[in-house]
Amino acid sequence: MAVKAFGVRKFSKTVLKENLAGYLFAAPWLIGFAVFTVYAIFSAIYYGFADYSVLKGPEWIGLENYRNIFTDDKLFGKSLYNTAYYSAFAVPIGIITALLLAMLLNQKVVALSWFRAIFYVPSVVPVVASSLLWIWILNSQFGLLNVFLSFIGIEGPAWLASPKWSKPSLIIMNTWGVGGTMIIFLASLQDVPRQLYEAAEIDGANVWHRFRYVTIPMITPTIFFALVMGIIGAFQTFVQAYIITEGGPADSTLFYVLYLYRNAFVYYKMGYASALAMILFVIVLALTLIIVSTSNRWVYYETEGKR
Amino acid sequence: MAQMRAAIRSSKNYKIRKKLWRVVLYAVLIFLSLIFVLPLVWTVSTSLKPDTQIMKFPPDWIPRPFDWMNYVEVFPLMKFFRALKNSIIIATISVVGALISCSLVAYSFARLRWFGRDFFFIVLLSTMMIPYAVTLVPIFIVFKTLGWLNSFKPLTIPSFLGTPVYIFLLRQFFRTIPMDLSDAARIDGCSELGIYGRIILPLAKPALAVVAIFTFIGAWNDFLGPLIYLSSLENYTMALSLQMLRGGQYYLDWAKLMAASNLMVFPILILFFFTQRLFIEGITLTGIKG
Repeated sequence: MAVKAFGVRKFSKTVLKENLAGYLFAAPWLIGFAVFTVYAIFSAIYYGFADYSVLKGPEWIGLENYRNIFTDDKLFGKSLYNTAYYSAFAVPIGIITALLLAMLLNQKVVALSWFRAIFYVPSVVPVVASSLLWIWILNSQFGLLNVFLSFIGIEGPAWLASPKWSKPSLIIMNTWGVGGTMIIFLASLQDVPRQLYEAAEIDGANVWHRFRYVTIPMITPTIFFALVMGIIGAFQTFVQAYIITEGGPADSTLFYVLYLYRNAFVYYKMGYASALAMILFVIVLALTLIIVSTSNRWVYYETEGKR
Repeated sequence: MAQMRAAIRSSKNYKIRKKLWRVVLYAVLIFLSLIFVLPLVWTVSTSLKPDTQIMKFPPDWIPRPFDWMNYVEVFPLMKFFRALKNSIIIATISVVGALISCSLVAYSFARLRWFGRDFFFIVLLSTMMIPYAVTLVPIFIVFKTLGWLNSFKPLTIPSFLGTPVYIFLLRQFFRTIPMDLSDAARIDGCSELGIYGRIILPLAKPALAVVAIFTFIGAWNDFLGPLIYLSSLENYTMALSLQMLRGGQYYLDWAKLMAASNLMVFPILILFFFTQRLFIEGITLTGIKG
């Protein structure tokens, strides 16, 4: 095998050629990475310390932006709170719903592909379209949701028009789009070896025990993945808030990235927006690291086998 | 042991319980399916309703009569054909770019040995965790400096520089192709580009199809990109045109708004239903949600 020979191969013309080919083939991404990641991140760090209005170039102002953000800017705190609130509910509710759907579909269901398609379809609907759709569904008078609630004798809230219910509205909408996560869970459930369930059954484990002590541990890597990606995604929620509520009512859906967008592209405060972006980066990084650092306590990796 | 289990399974009680469980299972599944699909049925229903029927309580599910005029009237308002053309141009160029760049890079990571490869692969995976909002402003400024604002370039050129998720997906796929194939071709004097183009790519058609579909849908559905980079109406994509209809200058009723929305959704739904299997495989392979 070529792989084994690698160690003993001399630093020859072939090796040089393969290295050259390697870099050339990878060049598109290497260039993209250099510009869109490395250069972009360093510029963002720099702009964060600058007053930058696009019309005139960046002007170094030290920690001014950060000082303003942390001492003066009420909307910063508000948008961070809104985003944290939204993420704290949307992510776990999304994961639980996706897992529930996946478990139902994992019961050797007839017409599996039909059910799977139905649960997944909302995820391919463009966000602009699904946003318009949900404005209509959540219409307090004629919206589908409140009509249904009235059938069972509940007077629905004003949803998007109410500062109290606007975030839950977006959380409901998010839950409608969990199809992608469901498919990942379904694949992971199908990978759980059947012998484990059979062994547990013989040992007298009931349905709950089998779920709690076989299914859950075996799919923790997927839960972990869904959690990390879910939080990164939720912290960057933008389009729904931009289209549906424009941050309102009373800034109750002013999410962090929407606020960042406004600073950058409405007020043209590029420096200020970059400082906000760096703070977001640190927050997301910290959350990811926290989850990763706790993972060895609850994420179960098979030491042998496929994974 | 096996006999005992068989005995339990054949007992009458067990069979009845199992049947009951199946009934409950399908009832729950059908109920949940309805919840997921009703919003879409509702948009179609709304889009076909005459004005008088929209604001009605309790609402009707079936429009009477079917009012196709909502669709007809919305065409010129959202400059449908122009927006459609723009969206298709952007999405198609993005697909071409992604197919070329991602497959080249994936080939490098999967089938060539070069100094720093494994390090850069980890780097590639980590870049997927960087929030897009972090690099939004600097990238905008790069494109502004290049004079690319209000053109399709910022929305298409980046796809020629690779997308980490799809590079990862293709790399995983390329690695399943036996190395002996490449070695044999090399002995026959085939160049790397030849192996890539004549052996690997033809074998990777399903994976390339996944990348093509996801890229197309990503570009079609993209809102933030066009919002930031496109300013003149002639360049508006479907997503922007649709959003524009909601804005101040038109005051559209819900039937027309839903009709416009459906015009953007239908092509994607059709694409999805014809390529469903690829979707499922793609999501399962990468963990991305499409």
